[in-house]
Amino acid sequence: MNPRLYPLAATIAIFILAWAICLMQFPFMLSTRVVGNLLTDNAYLGIVAVGMTIVILSGGIDLSVGSVIAFSGVFIAVMLRESGLHPLVIFALLLVLTTCFGAAMGWLIHALAMPPFIVTLAGMFLARGAAYMLTIDSVPIVHPFYTLLNDAYYLMPGKGRLTLIGVVMLLTVLIGMVVAHRTRFGAAVFALGGGEATARLMGVRVGWTTVAIYAFSGLMAGLAGIVFSVYTSSGYPLATVGAELTAIAAVVIGGTLLTGGAGFVFGTLIGVLTMGLIQTYIVFDGSLSSWWTKIIIGLLLLAFILLQKGLLRITTARTKA
Amino acid sequence: MKMLRRISPQLLTLAALVALVSVFFPEFLRIEIVDGRLIGPVMDILKRGAPVGLLAVGMTLVIATRGIDLSVGTTMAITGAVAAWSITQGYGLGAALALALLAGVAAGLWNGVLVAIIGIQPIVATLILMTSGRGIAQLITEGRILTFSHDGLASLGSGSLIGIPVPALLWFFAAVGVVLLMRRTALGMLIESVGVNRAASALAGVNATVLLVAVYVGSGLCAALAGVISTADIRGADANNAGLWLELDAILAVVIGGNSLLGGRFSIAASVLGALIIQTVDTGILLAGFPSEYNLVIKAGLVLVILVVQSPNLAHHWYALRRAALMRREARLAGIKETGQ
Repeated sequence: MNPRLYPLAATIAIFILAWAICLMQFPFMLSTRVVGNLLTDNAYLGIVAVGMTIVILSGGIDLSVGSVIAFSGVFIAVMLRESGLHPLVIFALLLVLTTCFGAAMGWLIHALAMPPFIVTLAGMFLARGAAYMLTIDSVPIVHPFYTLLNDAYYLMPGKGRLTLIGVVMLLTVLIGMVVAHRTRFGAAVFALGGGEATARLMGVRVGWTTVAIYAFSGLMAGLAGIVFSVYTSSGYPLATVGAELTAIAAVVIGGTLLTGGAGFVFGTLIGVLTMGLIQTYIVFDGSLSSWWTKIIIGLLLLAFILLQKGLLRITTARTKA
Repeated sequence: MKMLRRISPQLLTLAALVALVSVFFPEFLRIEIVDGRLIGPVMDILKRGAPVGLLAVGMTLVIATRGIDLSVGTTMAITGAVAAWSITQGYGLGAALALALLAGVAAGLWNGVLVAIIGIQPIVATLILMTSGRGIAQLITEGRILTFSHDGLASLGSGSLIGIPVPALLWFFAAVGVVLLMRRTALGMLIESVGVNRAASALAGVNATVLLVAVYVGSGLCAALAGVISTADIRGADANNAGLWLELDAILAVVIGGNSLLGGRFSIAASVLGALIIQTVDTGILLAGFPSEYNLVIKAGLVLVILVVQSPNLAHHWYALRRAALMRREARLAGIKETGQ
């Protein structure tokens, strides 16, 4: 097998193993209800993690996405309250706004030659601050279109609900896979993650690609914000604090190299589902406290990073020999 | 003199901020003595800036080695929880402090080993403790806010010595101590050399691995002190909120201090001034009567301005422009000479 596939294989193996362990204890976890909820509850995280995967594949990082999700929720809620616009129009406005926001960050990263970490940190402050300036309260969303969105689900056999936002997440992952692995842009992203100088020599337009990468991440964050607002039916400026770190963790557990240049979007989906599975297990168990989630996710992160480190050592040793 | 020149941009920024806040809030610089304590907005800033100031001291060293420590906020939560737990278990103040500092050392050691020996990128290595650390802190406090009533420990957060708040004294002396340690010995230079090029300094005989681990341990210690202060201040350990997002403020302080995230030369004094700038913005916005919602937007604007000023690209353009101007002038001078002859 291609050694580049090892991390992905390990991710999938761990997910199946974890599910098997859960099943042994709680046979009901195989039911479509649990599967449906797993997809619905993690829909926004899955979408934002797709954008984060692209950013990390290029060797960057985007700390602003959690704040952008919160801003999106607040923006939608306040716009619905203040204006008579149809939600779809507001969605379009929002997506344009967050895409431009991401593009601006990408442009700053390229133009100022500053580390993405600190530029997107400023973006994180700005987006959260903008959300606060719109409102500091939790604004409920009451609109017939939202009821429609929430009631749109496919009843799977076994009474599990495959909700619209779950499907949106799966579709986003699919689109992310095509973008990352089957387009010229995706090839440029991988090249950039391998090294900026080499990418430039290969003919990648570095500036344009950087802007596009962060614009894509902004678009995904906006979409995640819409999904999150459907999921919670409200906009709250303090929502999804730290979602960027959860997304980064999901990407790493999904087998993408944090140094960039190697990884799979599909792995990210498995990473998100693994984290969701841990949470579901803790809910099923009932006696474990929620803080174990954090500790286990931390340990999983460590395990995956060590695994990647080991694989890298094996493959470099082989090429040297 | 050289140091004054290094920190002059930060001093000027701070002075400008103080002047700006004074316009909106004329009483800003007033200090009164009440019950033998100095009281006033400035004292408040010195006291509230203590956690970020302490974190910035450790973070400066980590960033000087081309690293970053995302875990300091959670380390604060852990050490605060340890301190509160040991006090409620009936250990003395000394034992509680020792245990808390030990927890900080352990956290730093964990990060340092992951970065220096296993060779994981600093962002990722410290992210592990950042995500799992709050879980550990909650494990210690059993998910509650662990309150205590111990005047000795509480005085570390809210007490005062010769009229000055104890937290302010703690971070001032910690900063001075570390600066002396770095600049009166070769340690600072060695850390800078590791940050510029780890492989080259290792070849030159610098024990880069030990230095790297030590730097993260130092950061853990600073975080431990900050954690104890913030726990003592509220007389309770809040595993969820203690030190939340302070790692970002600390990194921001270091960046405002003009230290490059790419490692190398560093100035602790400038970072500490950066922490004071952040705290002055925070407090100033409140005093000036702006809603605190503006806080984050103003902070973002501040970061952006600093980024633009510090950008290596712009500096490059600036030098290119200046050199072009110089060459043009020389050419003109040469032309004058020629026509003169």
